[in-house]
Amino acid sequence: MTTNIPQTNEPQITDAEANLELKEIEGLSQGQIVRKRFFRHWGAVVSMIVLAGIVVLAFTSVGISAGPVRIAGWWPYDWTENPRPVNGGVPSWQHPFGQDSIGKDLFALVMRGTQQSLMIMAMVGIIGATIGIVIGALSGFFRGFVDAALMRFTDVIITIPFIVIGAVIGSTFGKLGAFILALVLGLFSWTGLARLVRGEFLTLREREFVDAARVAGASNGRIIFKHILPNAMGVIIVNTTLLMAGAILAETGLSFLGYGVQAPDTSLGLIIAQNQEAFQTRPWLFWWPGLFIITIALCINFIGDGLRDAFDPRQKRMPSARAMQRADAENAIAADAAALRGSDGADAASETADDQVPTLPQASGPDALPPRSEDAPGDADGRR
Amino acid sequence: MATFIVRRLIAAALILLAATFLMYNMVAYSGDPLEDLRGVQTPQTAQLIEARIRLLHLDVPPPLRYFIWLSGIGGCFVGQCDFGMTIQQQPVLAVLLNSMDQTLRLVTIATVLAIILGIVIGITTALRQYSTYDYGVTFISFLFFSLPIFWFAVLLKQFLAIGANDWFQTGARIEWWVIALVAVVSGLFWSSVLPGDRRRKAVTFALGFLAGGLVLWYMSVSGWFLNPRFIVFGLDFSMLTIAVLMGAMALVVTAILAGFRHKRSMWIALGVAAVGAALYYPVNYYLFNPQVVPMTFWLLAILGVVTVLVGVGAGWVFGGENKSTNMKVGGWTAFLVGAILVVDRHMQLWQAYSQTGFVRGRPIATIGASNPGFSDSSFFVQSVDAFTHMLLPSIALMVISFAGYTRYTRASLLEVLNQDYIRTARAKGLTERTVIVRHAFRNALIPITTIVAFDIAGIIGGAVITERVFGWTGMGSMFQNGLDRVDPNPVMAFFLVTGALALLFNLLADIAYAALDPRIRVS
Repeated sequence: MTTNIPQTNEPQITDAEANLELKEIEGLSQGQIVRKRFFRHWGAVVSMIVLAGIVVLAFTSVGISAGPVRIAGWWPYDWTENPRPVNGGVPSWQHPFGQDSIGKDLFALVMRGTQQSLMIMAMVGIIGATIGIVIGALSGFFRGFVDAALMRFTDVIITIPFIVIGAVIGSTFGKLGAFILALVLGLFSWTGLARLVRGEFLTLREREFVDAARVAGASNGRIIFKHILPNAMGVIIVNTTLLMAGAILAETGLSFLGYGVQAPDTSLGLIIAQNQEAFQTRPWLFWWPGLFIITIALCINFIGDGLRDAFDPRQKRMPSARAMQRADAENAIAADAAALRGSDGADAASETADDQVPTLPQASGPDALPPRSEDAPGDADGRR
Repeated sequence: MATFIVRRLIAAALILLAATFLMYNMVAYSGDPLEDLRGVQTPQTAQLIEARIRLLHLDVPPPLRYFIWLSGIGGCFVGQCDFGMTIQQQPVLAVLLNSMDQTLRLVTIATVLAIILGIVIGITTALRQYSTYDYGVTFISFLFFSLPIFWFAVLLKQFLAIGANDWFQTGARIEWWVIALVAVVSGLFWSSVLPGDRRRKAVTFALGFLAGGLVLWYMSVSGWFLNPRFIVFGLDFSMLTIAVLMGAMALVVTAILAGFRHKRSMWIALGVAAVGAALYYPVNYYLFNPQVVPMTFWLLAILGVVTVLVGVGAGWVFGGENKSTNMKVGGWTAFLVGAILVVDRHMQLWQAYSQTGFVRGRPIATIGASNPGFSDSSFFVQSVDAFTHMLLPSIALMVISFAGYTRYTRASLLEVLNQDYIRTARAKGLTERTVIVRHAFRNALIPITTIVAFDIAGIIGGAVITERVFGWTGMGSMFQNGLDRVDPNPVMAFFLVTGALALLFNLLADIAYAALDPRIRVS
């Protein structure tokens, strides 16, 4: 055992596991590895399917109505018309989600609300991520004066809590429709991402591959887009999903307070606000929109978790006990074979693998993973 | 260090200046502050409009009006704060102080409890990584992450307030299946949290099942929820129960901070608990008796500090070789013992409180911060009243924020547990308690400290929606009323306080980080 300690950088206890990991990712590109790890997270995969189902349901059922574009859906009712109440609005075959006090079909209302919430979520995600990436990349890459100016600007915006700035924006722009609201909300939601991206850039720009690119004569733009940005993509994608999950809760909260989407259009938060007094008499008016908000936010959060696991294996999932045993046995076989060939220290390797297995739950560090080490990307920098 | 702080403070002041300027103009341009007056045509309309324009300087365009507001704020430096007037002609400063009082009351307890609970659960999930318990907590915290607070708050009002009040009025008996369910959950919880092989886990499960079931069954049968005392055959055994509880607290503190191998620590903790139990009647008859001592919040706080100091002193006097650990043990035990005494004093009043004329057996309130009927009552009655009003909003706030702490603590502790120095600590034969408490937990707390600092800054302004649902007139409602009436002054007062606190705690977080983690140097 003492013989092979000086030679290895890897802690021996990760032998079985490293073997397993190595075999799993052998000959795969970075994208393939990430995809493979993501699809292993069944919570994220189920969430993706559910979310896709909700998107399809929301946009086909009541159709699309954006500005001059009107596409009818397959659902017979609209969220603006109020048909005669059937049986006091209790959920029935005709109105599966029930009707509200003036007879509006709740399924149509909830579908329209879901559309608006999804649209606002996507807009905030896209706009916030774009601005955040640009500002973070510029200040992280160029540092100096650019960095100072942009970060002080970020500080100014970040000082205002999102719900406060959302309420002020909503009371000004809420009347102009959900699209404008989403646009303006997006303009104020990039601050957290900008700081993180800046932190990433500050660490990555010191790495050797950036020096190599610069020596090879790459322009700043090429270094930013082709060399650094792809490496920062994990942080960006994960935090964009978190931003979107926050956005949907912020939007529904603002609509609930009356600063978000305004009647006659509707949103999930607005439906709840309009009907919270009716909980005793018509509880379905309250349950359905709430369940849709939770489902969407939960799905986004789970997808974000799956992406985090895929990009950042520091808190990765343990291989199952059986997989560990199999890898362990393979290790032992390899060690036996090596021993037969007369190589020393091989049985030591199998020994360590054996007696370390029980402690493995605590021993799944980042050092067990050969590719691309993403250790603590500028945590301290990112916070400032 | 000093230059760093000064530089950061100057930067913070400039940032705040820019942010307030932005905010002022956004609010001022968000609508027409004279809308409500223009709608009605009466002979006085022109006069009223004229008066409001003069009161709020509406004839000055907003970017310049900001400087009028700023000069009023600048007066704070010479002792003459002027936050301006609201549109209803009240001074903003008075409204602000009242609102801050309400918000602090609402949010402080919820945040502290969420932090403690989140950290404790985060630690247990990290130590039992990938167990059923871990997966369960992970799912629940994702669910809580995704809850819209206004929706959850309405649910709480319906089930926890109206439902619980109905339940109180019909005798507060618990159905047998609820008892069974709680017993099973308690058994599962303890067997998955406590270590051991399969047989020991089965024993833990059985004990947890029995303990949970019996406690709940006793509470149901004896009407504990109507009158939280322990009365058996007409005799009040509450004091005995409290003494046992204090002893148990002492043992828990010892187990976590010192370990049972250190007999001296255990005896110190038990001694402090015994003193607390011995003081039960004197404290209740003299100190907590409103006819003898007119209790106030601040007096109670001072007494709390004194209690902790006494505990620390006991640790110091009897500490032996291990003074620092024993001082900690003594201090924490004294704190918990004091807390039990205070909680018990409130529980004694519960039955009388819920049967007074203002409450009529429906104690849990859904709206407002206090019942005006109790404004002349003693301190403890008022705090029971505050408790019944705070219960629902606190639960709502806690559920929303505790999920985050659980995840952060779990991630942070797992990362630390993977470090080489933890392996070294285990390898040199330290007990698991020492490894977790001394080596892992302390380092895991460093990143959590910064998050806590940010959140404490956020608490004072972060409850806008909760305040609305539960009808509190705190900072959030001041902000909303101002915004609805296009009145920048109260909005700016709200923002000035929250923004300044955010920047201040941001700075504190950085300093704390540098102080706790020597790898980071402030410059």
